[in-house]
Amino acid sequence: MTALPRSTRRRLGLVIDLDTCVGCHACVVHCKEWNTGGYPAPLSDADPYGADPSGTWLNRVHSYEVEAPGRTPRVVHFPKSCLHCEDAPCVTVCPTGASYKREEDGIVLVDEDLCIGCKLCAWACPYGAREFDGATGVMKKCTLCIDRIYNDHLADPAPACVSTCPARARHFGDLADPGSEVSRLVAERGGYELMPETGCRPTNRYLPPRTREPAPIEGEAGPRGGGGEGQGSAPALADAPAEGGFLGWIDRLLSSGAPEPPRGGPSERPEGR
Amino acid sequence: MHPAYSIIFFTAASGAGYGIMFLLGLAAAAGAAPSGSGGPAFVLALVFALVLAGAGFVSSAFHLGRPERALRAFSQWRTSWLSREACLAAATCVPAVGLGAGWWMGETGGAWRTLGVALAAGAVATVYSTAMIYRSLAAVPRWATGWTPAGYLGLAGASGAVWLACLASPFDPEAGRGLAGVAAALLVLAGAVKGGYWRAAGRRPAESTIGSATGLDRIAPGGRVHVLDPPHSEPNWLQREMGYRVARRHARRLRAVVWGLAFLLPGLLCLAVWFAGGRGGAGTSAALALAAASTSAGVLIERWLFFAEAEHKTALYYGRERV
Repeated sequence: MTALPRSTRRRLGLVIDLDTCVGCHACVVHCKEWNTGGYPAPLSDADPYGADPSGTWLNRVHSYEVEAPGRTPRVVHFPKSCLHCEDAPCVTVCPTGASYKREEDGIVLVDEDLCIGCKLCAWACPYGAREFDGATGVMKKCTLCIDRIYNDHLADPAPACVSTCPARARHFGDLADPGSEVSRLVAERGGYELMPETGCRPTNRYLPPRTREPAPIEGEAGPRGGGGEGQGSAPALADAPAEGGFLGWIDRLLSSGAPEPPRGGPSERPEGR
Repeated sequence: MHPAYSIIFFTAASGAGYGIMFLLGLAAAAGAAPSGSGGPAFVLALVFALVLAGAGFVSSAFHLGRPERALRAFSQWRTSWLSREACLAAATCVPAVGLGAGWWMGETGGAWRTLGVALAAGAVATVYSTAMIYRSLAAVPRWATGWTPAGYLGLAGASGAVWLACLASPFDPEAGRGLAGVAAALLVLAGAVKGGYWRAAGRRPAESTIGSATGLDRIAPGGRVHVLDPPHSEPNWLQREMGYRVARRHARRLRAVVWGLAFLLPGLLCLAVWFAGGRGGAGTSAALALAAASTSAGVLIERWLFFAEAEHKTALYYGRERV
């Protein structure tokens, strides 16, 4: 039945840190790689090597620029996949019963054997989380890697996008449990839901980018601006030890005529230039 | 929203079909006796209405990814308006066929009146369910108002009345004249509702912005959020399906065409038939045929605009500022 459960025992979902996401699209690629192989039919692509490639993806990374008066414009990379809403409109509009929300963990799924591909669920979703797969004629969506998270044989049974994120910007857990790591992150960082005005009550949360010190205005000597070489806060690189033998002879030969580089650590850096 | 031709044809054709069935149901409920030369007209109109509705449903199956599984759409009537529409459309065929058989045999008694009530109610419920499929989509704010079902019901009734007048007039000029009058009244009503829909759509304040869609408005007080890079180098299915937007200039012109074809021309023709008195003849038939063709052409363009003008909230993620 496409009726929504009154409540779910757990609310499994993602918490995405917009402060640390670097927009590398690794989550997008791993999502596609995992979900294209784990199901009866792949996530199809149309014209993948042609002039107008197009494909089915369950996770996409958008990039936005945020401008505000008195602040430096800021780039925010913004991954988006299904938010596994509590009041998921994609489920109730489904005429076939293919769409459903699991009572035990809140995951929203599509039974691809029942789906008739009417696309109404994609029309109902304000977040653009569902995509029509032209090759199989059914709807595809994020499953929260249900075939990974309950797989005891995996060393890291997290969704593919979470396990692959090199910036640790994606977190997976039970948002119904106030003691879970994801719930604590949401509480600490002011995690928010997207478009609360739609009334879908999404499960996934986004952690806002942290506010940063405004950058100094150009031409003014700030703590980091206007200085010369060696004034950066990072320690200077230690010099390579003098090589002996043939390589040492080459090094001396090539260095002859050049001024002797300063020796030693940061204490010997020139000051107050 | 992407205007799929199969859905445009489906809603326009089944709307007119159920509009005819609604009026025939009312006629049967009122005990109108299709005696004499009027008898075949009623049966013919009923068959025509069923063909229109059936063609619409066959057409709607063409937009499915897996049309061979279409029967599954009858299963979720408890929650889904699409499923309710399918069930009601099928259920309405029962009184329609019953009534047709009765008319064929010349029956108009009590039981047939009840069938007429059932047919009229089923036709209204079916068209209302079609409209509710769109009205229930909060992601498309333009549709999510009471004007959507009002517009679908109004146009179904009006286009059905024009077609019914066109079909009945050659058999029974007096009935054709009466139906032309009903059609003119329904065209005024439907036009008023459609005007209300467009007026409400034009005044509706935006519900969501690119800032609320991304939540980034909280780090840009008084500023703005805009797309720096889309997720892919080429437009994806979501953009093709949800991002369709008709140019404002074209929308204005097409609305004028809808006013002319769907309301003004058939309205004037129906009034002319009414005032000409029920003489019938080739002139009346030609006028009503033109009115019916014009209404349906207008409804097809109106339906195209209904989809093409509607904006989906997903478009916010791809750069639309507000929806």
